[in-house]
Amino acid sequence: MRSHHDMGGLPAGKVDRIEHDYADWERRVDAMGVVLSRKQLLTVDQRRRAIEALTPQAYDQLAYYERWVIALGQTLIQRGILTSAELAKKMLEVEKRG
Amino acid sequence: MAEPRFQPGEQVRVINALPLGHVRTPFYIRGKTGTIERYCGSFPNPEELAQMRDGLPAQPLYRVKFRQQEVWPDYDGSPNDVLEVEIYQHWLEKA
Repeated sequence: MRSHHDMGGLPAGKVDRIEHDYADWERRVDAMGVVLSRKQLLTVDQRRRAIEALTPQAYDQLAYYERWVIALGQTLIQRGILTSAELAKKMLEVEKRG
Repeated sequence: MAEPRFQPGEQVRVINALPLGHVRTPFYIRGKTGTIERYCGSFPNPEELAQMRDGLPAQPLYRVKFRQQEVWPDYDGSPNDVLEVEIYQHWLEKA
């Protein structure tokens, strides 16, 4: 069957053509993507595969760079650069900062 | 590199496959018949790159031209309108 992300040709609203300003975190996520590509740890296809693995609900609700964060995180874990446990610890630390 | 099998002007059909994994052939074009517009070069297979393999041998990529009316049955524009999609050779068969 058709994958959720493969939406070409489905009824949809108008494309939002307004230029958006990027938040600092979005620029950092983009830079992380560039670094991982340069180090040959990530291809655009791997990133897409990870994004396409999101549930349809998550795919629709998450912002563009939020999808990227998940894809980069999954890739780092799969590559053995981060463990889930390390990521969990760090996320709790960041949460405590408030 | 895999050998290019199609020439510009040849009629081809996109295979109507629904594999798993990451693929670059949009759903809406599968099963449609078009014409090879040009050979774009050969590139590591994105379906393999997506799974952290090297994607070699490189696969021929073509720009394929479809009549809009072939792609969208209810298309009400000119019958001369076309849509071009870049498709890897392993998704194409002779029509």
